[in-house]
Amino acid sequence: MESTSWLNSGLVYLAAAVIAVPLARLVGLGSIIGYLVAGIVIGPWGLRFVTDPQDMLHFAEFGVVLMLFLVGLELEPDRLWSLRKPIFGWGSVQLFGSAAVLAAIALACGIDWRLALVGSFGLALSSTAIALGVLGERNLRGTTSGQSVLSVSLLQDVAAIPLLALLPLLGAATAHDSGAGWIGAAKAIAVIAAIVLGGRLLLRPALRWIARSETPEIFTATALLLVVATAALMQAVGLSMALGAFLAGVLLAESEYRRELETDIEPFKGLLLGLFFIAVGMSIDFAVVIAQPFLIAVVVIGFVLLKAAVLWLMARAMPIPMPERPVFLILLAQGGEFGFVVFQTATQAGVITASVSSFLVAAIAVSMLLTPLLLVAADRWWIPLLARGKRKTTIEELHEPQNASVIIAGFGRYGQIVGRMLYANGVAATVLDHDAEAIEALRKFGWRVYYGDASRLDLLRTAGAATARVLVLAIDDVDRSVDVATMVRENFPQLTIVARARNVQHYYQLYELGIRMIERETLDSALMSARSTLETLGWGPHQARNLALRFRRHNVAQLQAMAPHRQDEAKLIAAAKQGRQQLEELFALEREQAQQRQARSGWAGSAESLSLERETEPTA
Amino acid sequence: MATSPSLVPAFDAVPATGAEVLVIVAHPQIEQSRANRRLMEAAAAVRPSAAGSTIEVRDLYALYPDYLIDVPAEQAALAAARLVVWQHPIHWYSMPPLMKLWVDDVLAFGWAYGPDGNALRKKDLWLVATTGGPEESYRPDSYNRYFFDAFLPPYEQTAALCGMRFLPPLLLHGAHKASDAAIRAHADVYTERLRSHPAWPEIAELTESAACEVPLTARPLENFAEST
Repeated sequence: MESTSWLNSGLVYLAAAVIAVPLARLVGLGSIIGYLVAGIVIGPWGLRFVTDPQDMLHFAEFGVVLMLFLVGLELEPDRLWSLRKPIFGWGSVQLFGSAAVLAAIALACGIDWRLALVGSFGLALSSTAIALGVLGERNLRGTTSGQSVLSVSLLQDVAAIPLLALLPLLGAATAHDSGAGWIGAAKAIAVIAAIVLGGRLLLRPALRWIARSETPEIFTATALLLVVATAALMQAVGLSMALGAFLAGVLLAESEYRRELETDIEPFKGLLLGLFFIAVGMSIDFAVVIAQPFLIAVVVIGFVLLKAAVLWLMARAMPIPMPERPVFLILLAQGGEFGFVVFQTATQAGVITASVSSFLVAAIAVSMLLTPLLLVAADRWWIPLLARGKRKTTIEELHEPQNASVIIAGFGRYGQIVGRMLYANGVAATVLDHDAEAIEALRKFGWRVYYGDASRLDLLRTAGAATARVLVLAIDDVDRSVDVATMVRENFPQLTIVARARNVQHYYQLYELGIRMIERETLDSALMSARSTLETLGWGPHQARNLALRFRRHNVAQLQAMAPHRQDEAKLIAAAKQGRQQLEELFALEREQAQQRQARSGWAGSAESLSLERETEPTA
Repeated sequence: MATSPSLVPAFDAVPATGAEVLVIVAHPQIEQSRANRRLMEAAAAVRPSAAGSTIEVRDLYALYPDYLIDVPAEQAALAAARLVVWQHPIHWYSMPPLMKLWVDDVLAFGWAYGPDGNALRKKDLWLVATTGGPEESYRPDSYNRYFFDAFLPPYEQTAALCGMRFLPPLLLHGAHKASDAAIRAHADVYTERLRSHPAWPEIAELTESAACEVPLTARPLENFAEST
């Protein structure tokens, strides 16, 4: 019976996730909201497949722990050290600033000071899981806002510890002897010191020893054990498990096993984090929400707006680029899972009543549920608005019509090389990119780059698309690249498109739009490497060059010949095989002929006719 | 900026049109050329005459900027032609490097010369060249030290080995300093000749070129055995 119930719950969780997440992604809501909705549906207020979500929440919290381990792995100690100012400075501003504002409002409303204090700190915390999850999903980790969100989240994790430790002092039952506190603190310091020292001195030799056993699953087990052990140690002394895992991650960030650990932990993290979001969805107490819908709405809107106001001031002072601010605000304005713990502890300590606690927990859960929705709304309405507003303010944007004969859309690794070659030859180009941070960096190097989304018709027109001769389409995102190409073909037929293709399918998409100057981004550099390899193996440099060029011509010709069949995979594969065979046979034949020529014992005949002889293949 | 020749996709050699007059142009910097560019444009503008000669101009540096010549395409163009024109500036008393590579690659053993190398037999080869130095410099008492004819034997013998008739070259000396009118007049002569070939007065005076058989002993034994 035990095993059946375990199977059943596994069935329910996995099925819910498998159905809800792709659906949510399909309608453009992101995976997190899919998990949350799945949780609501299977939870006590939905289909009642699961009635006690708390256990699952505790278990799934481990997903957050794993996530922080991975975040730690990405941060070498040096980089963490360089982040000390954003973490302790801006992190404290966020936490204490928000808490102060919230507490002040609460006190003004005549709420008991202890409730005001606990409530404000609990609500000031944000969901690390959702914040980092969203950053990962949207690939924003490296941006200014991503770094700031991470810094603030880390500070919150650190601050949660003394917060939880101090809560009982507020309670009516403050009969603790102060000695236990000191011993606890000493233990905590000892454990952290042990983790840091152990991580520095023991972990790498241990990992090397385990890796030498060449048993991949044992390495995976080691990675998990490492995180579990650190988390257990931290919890034993009353510290945050997530913080411990983060610490362990940082200590391993410089090790040669970093990538391997990452790869091993990643799937566990993904699934457990999903489970965590499901559990959050399940634990929303709709009874409380239904009982006082108006009050909940006021509290949620109130605390989110107040926190957002504090964050907005921070974003201006830091400063965070305008288009990144909505994400920064929304991710940190929500409540967080640490709030759950704070209110639970406070209830146990008798600081607040159980009903107030479940009310506040519900408020946090609702704010977490709203976060992904707010992000989608911001994407649609707010960010485009800021992007437009921004063109009049911070970064120099495109307001005057440009008349350069070349427009470069996308100024990343690819576009920059194109641009540099053009500039070196005195060709001015109008450069568009939509990554505010990259633009700032490029401007430091003296590039005149404009902020702008090349998929907007009005912006392209301002960029001079109607009079320019060439559009270098170097956008790395395949869909956007095709969108821009389609639009340009429709609206500016005189504009020759020189396109970068990420891969063959992208190549075909562009080819079907009538674009003929398409380069696959890796083809030529890969062929150069092939040349180097042949040369190292003893081929003559010039012969290697000829072979590479001929390979290229054959390859491109074949690609174009196959364009009509690109939807028919079987045909495509057959033709690719055939083409490869043709080329192999041709090269083999030529090798044979070259060998024959080389093997010839000598040349008979007059010197005059010898001078006409030519070896078509340099002898290798 | 001049029109960029690279606008012709490098990977996709222009297929031969099967024209009867084939003009092979080789100028490494045609966009900076005065004479050769106009000569090429004039040749490309020649419409089929009443006699029905079609003309095709192949700009080697535009077709093969990477020096990777499409040999089958070039041979197909040659095979269809009756008159082959080599139009290029004289560089270092010879042809530009891509033209030489074209000769090396396209005029292949067993195709253009040697056993079974009959593809070009009986065709005419006409050199249309420009020189930077004036005609007076091509004299024993001037800095080029030789009459220009002294630099022609490699061309003549190349034609002879392929069994082609080498027509009297059309030369424009001192191309850098030639007046626009002179170049225009030269281009007119050029196009008139392209149009009227083979009805040129001087062709009647030419002796039929002797068939140049390459002695079999001059060939690799294996290839020789295969081809006989």
